[in-house]
Amino acid sequence: MEAIERRVNYLNVDHGIRSWLLTVDHKRIGLLYLVSITIMFFLGSLMAGAVRAELLTPQGDLMQSDTYNKAFTLHGIIMVFFFLIPSIPAVLGNFLLPIMIGAKDLAFPRLNLLSWYVYIVGASIGIAATIGGGLDTGWTMYTPYSTGYATTNVVFPALGIFITGFSSILTGLNFIVTVHKMRAPGLTWFRMPLFVWAHYATSLVMILGTPVIAITVLMVGLDRGLGLGIFDPKAGGDPVLFQHLFWFYSHPAVYIMILPAMGVISEVIPAFSKKRIFGYGFIAASSLAIALIGFLVWGHHMFTTTQSMYAALVFSVLTFAVAIPSAVKVFNWTATLYKGAVSFEAPMIYALGFIGLFLVGGLTGLFLGALGLDLHVHDTYFVVAHFHYIMVGGAIMGYMAGLHFWWPKITGRMYNDLAAKAAALLIFVGFNLTFFPQFIAGYAGMPRRYHYYPEEYQVLNVLSTAGASVLGLGYLLPLFYLLFSLRFGRHAGRNPWGAFGLEWMIESPPTPHNFDHTPTVTWEPYDYPEMHKLPTRIGESRSHVTLAEGQPTPPEGLAHV
Amino acid sequence: MFLSLFLFPPQASTHAFEVDALYVFLIVLCSAVALGVVISMLTFAYRFRRRAGNTIGADIHGNTPLELVWSFIPFVAVMFIFVWGASLYFKLSRPPDNAMEVFVTGKQWMWKIQHMAGRREINELHVPVGVPVKLTMTSEDVIHSFFVPAFRVKADVVPGHYSTTWFEATELGTYHLFCAEYCGTEHSRMIGRVVVMEPAEYQTWLTTGNVTDVAAGGGMATAMATSTGQAASPAKVGEQLFLEKACQTCHLTSPGGIGPQLGGLAGHTVELATGETVTADDAYIRESILTPMAKLVKGYPPVMPTFAGQLSEEQTRALVEYVKSLRAEPGAGEATAVDARQQVGVQ
Repeated sequence: MEAIERRVNYLNVDHGIRSWLLTVDHKRIGLLYLVSITIMFFLGSLMAGAVRAELLTPQGDLMQSDTYNKAFTLHGIIMVFFFLIPSIPAVLGNFLLPIMIGAKDLAFPRLNLLSWYVYIVGASIGIAATIGGGLDTGWTMYTPYSTGYATTNVVFPALGIFITGFSSILTGLNFIVTVHKMRAPGLTWFRMPLFVWAHYATSLVMILGTPVIAITVLMVGLDRGLGLGIFDPKAGGDPVLFQHLFWFYSHPAVYIMILPAMGVISEVIPAFSKKRIFGYGFIAASSLAIALIGFLVWGHHMFTTTQSMYAALVFSVLTFAVAIPSAVKVFNWTATLYKGAVSFEAPMIYALGFIGLFLVGGLTGLFLGALGLDLHVHDTYFVVAHFHYIMVGGAIMGYMAGLHFWWPKITGRMYNDLAAKAAALLIFVGFNLTFFPQFIAGYAGMPRRYHYYPEEYQVLNVLSTAGASVLGLGYLLPLFYLLFSLRFGRHAGRNPWGAFGLEWMIESPPTPHNFDHTPTVTWEPYDYPEMHKLPTRIGESRSHVTLAEGQPTPPEGLAHV
Repeated sequence: MFLSLFLFPPQASTHAFEVDALYVFLIVLCSAVALGVVISMLTFAYRFRRRAGNTIGADIHGNTPLELVWSFIPFVAVMFIFVWGASLYFKLSRPPDNAMEVFVTGKQWMWKIQHMAGRREINELHVPVGVPVKLTMTSEDVIHSFFVPAFRVKADVVPGHYSTTWFEATELGTYHLFCAEYCGTEHSRMIGRVVVMEPAEYQTWLTTGNVTDVAAGGGMATAMATSTGQAASPAKVGEQLFLEKACQTCHLTSPGGIGPQLGGLAGHTVELATGETVTADDAYIRESILTPMAKLVKGYPPVMPTFAGQLSEEQTRALVEYVKSLRAEPGAGEATAVDARQQVGVQ
């Protein structure tokens, strides 16, 4: 055991802050993102807490309306642009994508580091804008409010979003090139893990969609700063044009959040069922279908917005069409359990929680896609509940499942499984208590972004706030047991879950270059029945146990481990 | 029933029941799907749990016919929902011809309502029960959204644009009116109430009530109302404005003016200088007042000054109503030959 600890790995190969800030190792960059987005997550949660506390009573008694409006705006902007969009791709995708395809790094390691710096610059500007006055437009920044009427500083947060977008584009580009060019010999497209397929689809959305939001916020800046009047009806502009441009990106952005989470679930379910994924081809194809059709449904955010009836029809029918590939995935995950050998460690609990919550989120999407019904529930708490079921119940649950699944690989340590299950349960219960009442409040007519609200909605809001407290507790818990595991957790070994895949055939934590020599892949993915015939370690030479040049000589007894 | 009060807002319009029917159908359908999936998931997970004698899953790749079945059945189901939702939407998008018209202006942070008989109100909308009401709406500043949960009706109110929606109230009472599109500091206070009255009571209310004093944008109407002791109709206000702005200098009631004759214009097809044709609806008349160069009528010089920025939305609306109220002069609309003859006659 002692010896294992002293193996050269990506964590101990170099020391000091400089070695982290100048690293080009995809695994270290993944950890840089992990730390940054965790800070963002708790900042965004703080804003959510402020909003929920205010909504305990119908009167706006805790803060001024302007303050409340800033709180929900910053909650949205931080969570969407600075947490959810980078979350799984930039942390888990960065760490795992090269390993899963048998590569030593991403195609452009320096570009990868640049993406992180770009993200940090964008996020810092966003945070600086928070401290320097805030923004009160809602994360959607609808014109002409944002361009002509908001008295807060719109330009700085918009600049933050603009810059962060480039980070997303660079990551997407890097992933696409890596998947095309860096796959190990024998790793054909249909031998790729579904996590890789999901990230490939996500990357397509990132590079095709993100430039549009960049242009859009730039136009908002020009409109506001120079009075160009693109979105100003008084100058002949069209305020609704902004909504088209905004949703052309921001609807596919939902798939940037959820597709990687679906990728995670497609890894976790087979691993804890000890069984091949059901319908590999359908799941892979459905990721691409979601990415492509997802670009054609943006108009469903605008059914109440002076859209022509015929345009609304097209957007509605496509919205229903995009539900099918998502449904297929859910059925396939469920079918994977059938005749499996199912065990219930923490990642599996999170994954099952994901399926349940995503199911509710997806099905309530049907309510919103139905034109006549949407006219009633649009811009109410029904919509708020729906997208939180997708983004929190789906994307964050998936992120938690992935983080718990690969934590032993990333850190080499096991966390306390019981504590992790307790957190999963708290999150599941807290989440439902927070957001389910919002469906009811929404149908009963409570509009979103309301600081004051009529008294009849109070019971539901009190339930929601109570749930949010439980949810907050659930999210704080992993911070403790995961950090605790870094020092006190038992060593994980290569493959603590007995899972299938290249990442489980290398050291935990991996050596700096993942593989000493490139592995040759001869197997189908998720081939659990044949797993016993495969090597338990791959791509290794003995060299990894000697320390790099210039390092202190290894202690005695280490060389022959 | 407590449950229905809790789950549904009051059902007070003809739409409300139809929208709720689709909602209940979807709840039943989606609950069935969700329960089916969750029960299968839990059953499989428990029944095929890992234990001695079951340490590795069965070697199953998938099942293409099954995949096709569970892709196709949901597809049929969602298309059914699509058609149902779309048919409701079409109904909600097309006001009946006999609908009574009310003009709504959104403004940070209030709703200004004007009835065709002239009565105005703020943050309140009085309507008769059992009569279809068509709202023509616009905004003076940012985007707002007119939302009456009890009627299951919502439509965005966009500056520079006339949007419409309609409803027919079925229950007497007072209902919430909300702004559903975030519009700044006091967004959550941009609320009001809709009062549904007996038609007779509504008529009395229309003609005898006090005129709400409109501080902004209502100068002319307020002045007229105070002088006569009763509200002037928008068309009446529009006539005053028409004279005040000297529109009649060019838009003559007889042919031969610099601008087109306006009698009988509303609802008819207009041929433009570009060769296109448009229907002279409210939006067209509004646009032609505010930005006359946008759609120039064929055969007329581009000389009309713009009135953008000089008229409030309510004044513009009054002018539109006045133009719509003008009936065709005898002989008008029979092309330019008539004009020529008459001009010769005059000479």
